[in-house]
Amino acid sequence: MRSAVPGLAGAQIHSVLSLLHPHLLAASTITLPAVDYTTILPELILLGGSLVLLLVSSVTTRQLPTETYAAATIGLGTASLIVSLFLWRDITARGPLSAIANSVDIDGFAVLFLVLSSCLVIVGALAAAGYLRREGIGGCEYYVLICVSAGGAMLMASANDLILIFLGLEILSIPLYVMSGMDQRREGSGEAAMKYLVLGAFSSAIFVYGIALIYGATGSTNLAEIAAFLAHNVILHNGVLLGGMGLLLVGFSFKVAAVPFHFWAPDVYVGAPTPATGFMAAIAKVGAFAALLRVFVSSLPTLRSDWQPVVWVIAVLTLSLGAIVAVAQRNVKRMLAYSSINHAGFILLGLQAATTRGVAGSLYYVFTYALLVVGSFAVVAIVGGRGDQGHDLSNYRGLARRQPVLATTFAVLLLAQAGAPFTTGFFAKLYVLEAAIDNHSYALAVIAMVSAAVAAFFYLRVVLTMFGAPETAGEEAVEHLSVLVPQPAGPAPLLADSVTLGSGAVATMTMSETRAALVADPRGTDDLGPTPLARLGVSPWVATALLCTAGATVLFGVWPQELVDFAHQATLLF
Amino acid sequence: MTPAAARLVAAHGAQVAAAHAAAHAVTSALGETAGERAFPYLTTLVLVPLGAALVVLVLPRRQHLLIRLTGFAASLGVLGIAAAVLDQFQAGYGGYQMVSSHPWFGAVGISWSLGVDGISLFLVMLSALLFPIAFVGGSERANPKVFTVWMLLLETACLGSFLSLDVMLFFLFFEASLVPVYFIIAGWGHEERGSAATKFFVYTFLGSAFLLVGIITLAVFHQSQTGVLTFDVRQLASTHLSGPAGIALFLAFTVAFAVKAPIFPFHTWSPSAYREAPVAGSVILAGIMAKLGTYGVIRFDLGLFPHATVTLAPLLLSLGAAGIIYGAIVAAVQRDLKRLVAFSSLAHLGFIVVGAFALTGESVSGAVLQMANHGLYTAALFFLIAMIYRRRGTFDVRRLRGLQRAAPIMAAVFILVVMASIGVPGLNGFVGEFLILAGTFLTHRWWAVVAVIGVVLAAVYLLWAYQQVFHGPQDPSEERPFAEMTWREGAVLAPLLILIVFLGVWPKPVLDRITPSVDALLTQVDRSAHPVVPLAGQPVGATSTSAARGHGGTVAAQTAALGAAATSSAGATGSRQVLRPHGGTAARRSS
Repeated sequence: MRSAVPGLAGAQIHSVLSLLHPHLLAASTITLPAVDYTTILPELILLGGSLVLLLVSSVTTRQLPTETYAAATIGLGTASLIVSLFLWRDITARGPLSAIANSVDIDGFAVLFLVLSSCLVIVGALAAAGYLRREGIGGCEYYVLICVSAGGAMLMASANDLILIFLGLEILSIPLYVMSGMDQRREGSGEAAMKYLVLGAFSSAIFVYGIALIYGATGSTNLAEIAAFLAHNVILHNGVLLGGMGLLLVGFSFKVAAVPFHFWAPDVYVGAPTPATGFMAAIAKVGAFAALLRVFVSSLPTLRSDWQPVVWVIAVLTLSLGAIVAVAQRNVKRMLAYSSINHAGFILLGLQAATTRGVAGSLYYVFTYALLVVGSFAVVAIVGGRGDQGHDLSNYRGLARRQPVLATTFAVLLLAQAGAPFTTGFFAKLYVLEAAIDNHSYALAVIAMVSAAVAAFFYLRVVLTMFGAPETAGEEAVEHLSVLVPQPAGPAPLLADSVTLGSGAVATMTMSETRAALVADPRGTDDLGPTPLARLGVSPWVATALLCTAGATVLFGVWPQELVDFAHQATLLF
Repeated sequence: MTPAAARLVAAHGAQVAAAHAAAHAVTSALGETAGERAFPYLTTLVLVPLGAALVVLVLPRRQHLLIRLTGFAASLGVLGIAAAVLDQFQAGYGGYQMVSSHPWFGAVGISWSLGVDGISLFLVMLSALLFPIAFVGGSERANPKVFTVWMLLLETACLGSFLSLDVMLFFLFFEASLVPVYFIIAGWGHEERGSAATKFFVYTFLGSAFLLVGIITLAVFHQSQTGVLTFDVRQLASTHLSGPAGIALFLAFTVAFAVKAPIFPFHTWSPSAYREAPVAGSVILAGIMAKLGTYGVIRFDLGLFPHATVTLAPLLLSLGAAGIIYGAIVAAVQRDLKRLVAFSSLAHLGFIVVGAFALTGESVSGAVLQMANHGLYTAALFFLIAMIYRRRGTFDVRRLRGLQRAAPIMAAVFILVVMASIGVPGLNGFVGEFLILAGTFLTHRWWAVVAVIGVVLAAVYLLWAYQQVFHGPQDPSEERPFAEMTWREGAVLAPLLILIVFLGVWPKPVLDRITPSVDALLTQVDRSAHPVVPLAGQPVGATSTSAARGHGGTVAAQTAALGAAATSSAGATGSRQVLRPHGGTAARRSS
């Protein structure tokens, strides 16, 4: 990378430099490294595929339905998933690969993130299809952005060079800026995009400056070389190195929305179109944590005593602020934004431990969290209704009665986020806690669990609202009903039967409540506009996405062995 | 990845693999010594309700009768299996029986290890008994399908908690029990159900946060000492803990159990949760789930942290005694019957805590027995209160009067249950309370004295409530007739009443099964808390025998000194004889 000086300018510099120093002459001959394309095949599939999608959409005269693009994206995701699994087979048989002048590392760690990103492309496309149709956002752009963004995350995960990590970071982020501004009808969406872009660019600059300082201190941007340099040399005045490390940490903290670099997150999460929020929350954490773990644990382990306390403080702030502020939220989207800050704190526990166990724990946590958050926001997108506005808690009132399966799915996802047993969320928390305690960070572990208890409160509040009886609909609603429904001779059995009682838990059905349930909460109806929530169907695409996420949550919650082994092996091959 | 880090990783991998192999070998060995049977009774016991819940889930939701029957039949089946377990259980053996161990989640060290001993046996029986009764006595009319599913899942969680020999598995079930109860309270409760359910969940979850950290810390300590990552309670018991570490872990565990039980001053969630829960919920909450806390105290606090237990026993004894007095006083001013029972529960659980931490054979056996007793009479009380509510629509004592004239049988049953709760001789409450008080008096006299005051107060508030509700003239403004107990209601209460009387008259078979396990536990506590250094020139056998005979160490010395006084009073009632002298048991076991 260092020697790759662009052509024309290179020639001029060459003549100047050769006067200054004879050695540079030899160094400046440009040799392109051999490129082993199989190692970056998943990225190539997604990035190339998205170009093809763009081409297709521009040459077709008639706009194709959004589902076509969704299907194509799912195809791309599946292809990259299959390639990733083949890579996994390769490296388990032959050990990790290092390619393209050692700037790309295909090891277990990278492949786990390749697999996860591919899954996210599939689930993200599924979750978005229904939304885009409902909102009338046509075209292939959303899907192209998903693919490009996931490609960036993959690049970050497999990069073994700070420059490549930066490239990946930008490829990951720029589509996310665009996605958050895609809903042009809402001001909030544009505002979110602008905030995200400005602050994101700012953090990128900090990140690049960190790379420069590290390069200055160690003479390399290659992670393995940095680690080797630090292992063999003692730097007496390491201010530059520490400064560089700090700036990198700030850059990453921004991307994962760790406190105190989280200020953009709630506004952007709320402003962005809801499925985009889910995908963004997942993929940004996937990419950033992959790179963060690799850089700090494998490249800067010698500075562990310097960065561990800093990460400790960031983790504590992230855990507590995320949980406490979320309690005060009535907007479910904003609440989930803060809850994802809380989750970032948990993932930092694994980094803070800086052990194999810690890394494995963080990997497992990222894996489960990413699927949970995409699923959760997919439900939020459905409940939000046309216009993507109905995110107040009151919109969830009585959801269990209107759409029992949807409510149950959401309850499973939320309980998993809270860390209820027999879900993946529990094992994720358990795993990182084990790592923290193994590292004697008892205080951190206790703070984390207390924050989890606080978090349980606001997840449950949503669950309670969904399954509880409508509180505000009292006598008024009953009177309302007599206007809407002609009173039959025997009202009691008929009314009771006409209420959908499904597999969700349903509150006590006293008569007045049963009647009230037929009429949506007045406030909720206002928010919903012309489309009553009760009539909103769930598209088969989103249903599949929810089935995948909630199913995986429960499945791996009861049989966690496979996924844990995967995470564990990933760190062994790291 | 650096070479150094790679080496670290490889070494860790090898270590983990070795640890798994070792853990597996040890658990299977333990399984064999405890006599693994061909039929996995305990696993079946835990999985039957779960399977039934899945079956109910696919039944058509309008088939109310079919759903209720399925739920009831499943819980009856569980009761049948539990009866088989009781039949297979060998009285006189103190260790775990019918152990089955399977590695489940190796990377983190969790195994599916179930086993039963005298301490858990009757809690399992109690759970198996109360669930079918709750299905009949508390079946909800709204959406029975979902209700049945939650109840069956709750049964799985309760049974799993009592049977787990793996601390993490215990924690999983312990936590899993929250979710069904939360939904049962939130979905079918009374007016303030929403806040009560959330309060219940968050309080308990907060307590569990400390428990989880404590469990992991203990396992990590154990791993650093032995190289084996395991949560098996039998192996963790051998972990060496420094004084402060032991105390910190003890406190982390105890906070969770104290919230769950509840033990004063961690009880603030319980009155509202008991009050707002539907009848089945109250019965399970007070009857079974409260025991999860006290069971955890006896099984894990005493078993895993003997040293800290001895050090902190005065603290816990004081909390128990404070709970007895506080619960009784607050119960005395309650106007709401359900809240009254909630506070009286707090007082009774205080007794159990006092018994557990007095650390004598009598008191701990009494505490274990009292757990089952309390489950029986509290469940009966809640059912009776629910019957009154069904007829009058209120829990308020001031609005109920003179029901005895209309329903003499109900009044008779009510007074019987109240008497059992007060601890009148001849009924089950007496046996447990007496053993606790007698045992406590031997080692911690003043706490026993305070606890006795609680017994007197219990008589005051419970009898007062009975008087208010059943005696006096009928309310002239009340026009609704008050129906006598129906056959169905009688059938619900009958098994409970039979057991209340049976255990009061003849507790020997129960105590025969409880005492060996309690003795084994106390021997373990004593051995760890007061390690005996073998004297030079003394034969090894003699040392161990003397250690065993000195069971109770300081405790036993006091026992001997105060024994005469205690026996004279205890002998008169006949319940003392059922206790095998525990020094003798311990000596026999060691020889």
